[in-house]
Amino acid sequence: MSQWKNFSKGFVKENPVFVLLLGLCPTLGVTSTAINGMAMGLATLFVLLMSNIVVSLIKDYIPDKVRIPSFIVVIASFVTIVDLVMAGYAPAVHEQLGLFIPLIVVNCIVLGRAEAFASKNTFVKSLVDGLGMGLGFTFALTLLGSVREIIGNLSIFGFKFMEGDGILVFILPPGAFIALGYLIAVMNKFKKA
Amino acid sequence: MAKKESTFLNMVITLFIVTLVASTALAYVYELTKEPIEMAKLAKKLAAIEAVIPEYDNNPVDDMYKVAIGEGGDSLEFYPAAMNGETVGTAIRCFSNKGYGGLVWLMVGISTDGTIYDISVVDHKETPGLGTKMAEPKFKAQFKGIDPESVDIRVTKDGGDIDAITAATISSRAFSEATILAIDTYKKGVIK
Repeated sequence: MSQWKNFSKGFVKENPVFVLLLGLCPTLGVTSTAINGMAMGLATLFVLLMSNIVVSLIKDYIPDKVRIPSFIVVIASFVTIVDLVMAGYAPAVHEQLGLFIPLIVVNCIVLGRAEAFASKNTFVKSLVDGLGMGLGFTFALTLLGSVREIIGNLSIFGFKFMEGDGILVFILPPGAFIALGYLIAVMNKFKKA
Repeated sequence: MAKKESTFLNMVITLFIVTLVASTALAYVYELTKEPIEMAKLAKKLAAIEAVIPEYDNNPVDDMYKVAIGEGGDSLEFYPAAMNGETVGTAIRCFSNKGYGGLVWLMVGISTDGTIYDISVVDHKETPGLGTKMAEPKFKAQFKGIDPESVDIRVTKDGGDIDAITAATISSRAFSEATILAIDTYKKGVIK
């Protein structure tokens, strides 16, 4: 597999949200606005990238039977780092995302990539994979957040383009499921074409 | 390089090293971000206080005192504002547990004549797009400058004079309740 294919698979062919349907908890929870979706995506991107790099570097020194605990410790460390840094330097965003930042640690996409990819591939490949998957995740969350914000609040990235209130249900949790369902349908069509 | 065998000793040593490195790294980052986090919290508090009281030249955070609510052990934090040594208002950090998503924390500013100067929302977990509208000027304007003696600070559904936010009556009610708590405590603590 070429490096480019390895990188781009995270966007369409194996998009973590739209195709693999992994990590749906934050996907549905925080995407009420485009900004929130993007911030969450970027935080996950960082964790995914760093954990993929570290796991691919240490994989040969970890006995098989304790690999999952070791990976989790690595991932949890990076999540805590993101949490602390965000609280210190971006308090407004941190407040918005709240509980979902520490919850990145149980996001199956992160452990999934560590176990299924980084623990079997080289450093460079894992780095590219983490970057591709992370950006794919960010892209999906931003898209979902944008759709919900446009329909629910008639604004995009906090910028109001039309007066009025929009369809409220799209801001609420049920709207996340509805919007995600339609986006998956569109992505499936796009994928086959 | 061959994979390490899963012997007991190997596993213990590996896990020990992994956790040791991880905790060292975290301790380092914690130290590094401790100050910015404190600063961010303080800045947020100051911004909330500043928004709800008239111009002042003292340090309300240093002059903070506590006034007990009723008979119970709980108390509210009062931040007095003074200009040239004369009190111009008080910011009260108050709360309500009737929110849609748990506690709602407000900062209520009260002028010396007992009217509400302004209110800011400090912390809450209300529904985005609905309950969060309580932080917007449209809703808050109803409280600005009113005298709690003459205006009933409850939502209209409870027989008061405040129009609740559409589809967020519970959040509006929590907002009102916290404000009432601040005013009642203020009457007890400041006007004796």
